[in-house]
Amino acid sequence: MSILDTIEQGNEPEQGLKPRSELTARELLREVGAVLRLSETEAAKLGDLPVDPSEDQTMIINMGPQHPSTHGVLRLMLELQGETVLRCKPIIGYLHTGMEKTGEQLTYLQGGTNVTRMDYLSPLNNELVFSLATEKLLGIEDDIPERAVWMRMLLSELNRMSSHLLFMATNGMDLGAVSMMIYGWREREEVLRFFQKVTGLRMNHNFIRPGGVAADLPAGWRDDVLHLLEMIEPRLEEYDTLMTGQPIWRDRLQGVGVITPQEAIALGATGPILRGAGVPWDLRRDQPYLRYPEVDFDVIVGSYGDAFDRYAIRLNEIRESMKIVRQVLDKMPSGDYRIQNKKVTPPPRARIDESMEALIHHFKIFTEGFKVPEGEVYVAIESPRGEIGCYIASDGSATPYRMHVRAPSFVNIQCLPHMMRGGLVADAVAVISSVDPVLGEVDR
Amino acid sequence: MADTADLASSGAPEPVTLHGCPLVVSFGQQVLFVPRDQYAKVVKSLLADGYEMVSDLTAVDYLQMPERTVPDGVVAERFEVVVNLLSLKDRQRLRVRVQVPADDASIPTLFDLYPGTEAMEREVYDMFGITFTDHPDLTRILMPEDWDGHPLRKDYEVGRIPVQFKGAPN
Repeated sequence: MSILDTIEQGNEPEQGLKPRSELTARELLREVGAVLRLSETEAAKLGDLPVDPSEDQTMIINMGPQHPSTHGVLRLMLELQGETVLRCKPIIGYLHTGMEKTGEQLTYLQGGTNVTRMDYLSPLNNELVFSLATEKLLGIEDDIPERAVWMRMLLSELNRMSSHLLFMATNGMDLGAVSMMIYGWREREEVLRFFQKVTGLRMNHNFIRPGGVAADLPAGWRDDVLHLLEMIEPRLEEYDTLMTGQPIWRDRLQGVGVITPQEAIALGATGPILRGAGVPWDLRRDQPYLRYPEVDFDVIVGSYGDAFDRYAIRLNEIRESMKIVRQVLDKMPSGDYRIQNKKVTPPPRARIDESMEALIHHFKIFTEGFKVPEGEVYVAIESPRGEIGCYIASDGSATPYRMHVRAPSFVNIQCLPHMMRGGLVADAVAVISSVDPVLGEVDR
Repeated sequence: MADTADLASSGAPEPVTLHGCPLVVSFGQQVLFVPRDQYAKVVKSLLADGYEMVSDLTAVDYLQMPERTVPDGVVAERFEVVVNLLSLKDRQRLRVRVQVPADDASIPTLFDLYPGTEAMEREVYDMFGITFTDHPDLTRILMPEDWDGHPLRKDYEVGRIPVQFKGAPN
């Protein structure tokens, strides 16, 4: 039977959520039972949901892919009894563009333009993890100049701020605090303005590259960053006034979308979801990269694992990132912004005018790229959404044989059915928002 | 868990093993080569060892790289399933590589041990056509349901099919 016949007969295709009558008891208990590592009988004893409502009491509805609160093209199939969500299944792939396949055709120098478009709200973290993985394969990860490393930290933390500021905006909007949307976008725009000054682009920078960064910081960057920090600090206080202590806000978020530490670990959740459940896990501290051991910052941890914890963690992580940025300002060394390794670094523009060899070298490195030794590595860093990892298998040529990105949102949305179980439809919106998925990296 | 001090002297004659499988160090990262028939058992022991999270599960199609380096006693096959395990307590990572032959591309699921692998295994099935036995919901996840072929396979011709969408005229 073709897919068209299936749809015409009113049946949902196989990816969708099936009605209860077509499921066995084992399948029904799968979600909760597997996550809690329970047997079928143990899971059945939980008894927190009505036992097997008859099918005319429930209905299956689609939320998305065009629903405004699904942050892009996330489609959720919800089974409802009245206003209670009994089951939920996220259906993804609407934004799939085969970026991992594309990555196999691009050289390591071009690869940055590809990965930066995955998590479009923290592009610099994507570029960073790709560059770190390439550098590890090349064996030059310890030779990156200090200034380049600290610039990477500066940009990565500013990017964390801009991403979390956008979360503040969308989270507010989803819950009806529409003015918050304007404020969040406004502050994020200020950060993006700094990025534009440094990299030339607001988003999709391709600025962090294997071997260092693309250019040095522009004149007056220090004043710009200080201005940014001074401006955002009091605005965060305003957010506190507007939302954190406000009874309606707390009522909408507290106790909603609860996840326990065991569940979060079993589901592979990382980032604010894992920390919100009370697990103090932050790769910047626990598996340090760049120069994070040399700066002082706190890992923010929640205690209830609800949507409010995840909101509060992100708000305070903006403050921690500002703390790191201030220390980076003090410690920023002078020096080169990219490695002076002829293999990966193109010659400076001025040299091309006077040296034939430099011209040839420049041409070769941009047309053929540089060859990377055979091998495979997995590098993971902490993006605003959790652990972003890059797995590269190289066959010794100038393009990756296989380039895989472990996207935090892709794994994190598996928590949605668990968080929504037994909650209200209105809370479903709060739950999606608090997971903060970026569909660009979910679908890749 | 293997002692990292032992691993530093990997030039030693005695090969390092963990749960009976060869353990090698690749670019400073621990890699365990597990035979397919012991995969479920070894991963279960690793979970008991404290590797409580699967941070990533993916696959590679080594069709164009049959001569790649693998430790002695491991037969390189076309597909390789790569599982990145993470121990939060010991702050340690371990990568498990399993050889999967092309004529029988299937491997046991890790869903019962790590429910978080559900979407990742579906993605590997979708992209490589490797089936995970006993997976509760083995359907395509990123590509449309009626798509032909598995795009990340190396013999998948890029641009071969014009556009395949529901209702599109053939």
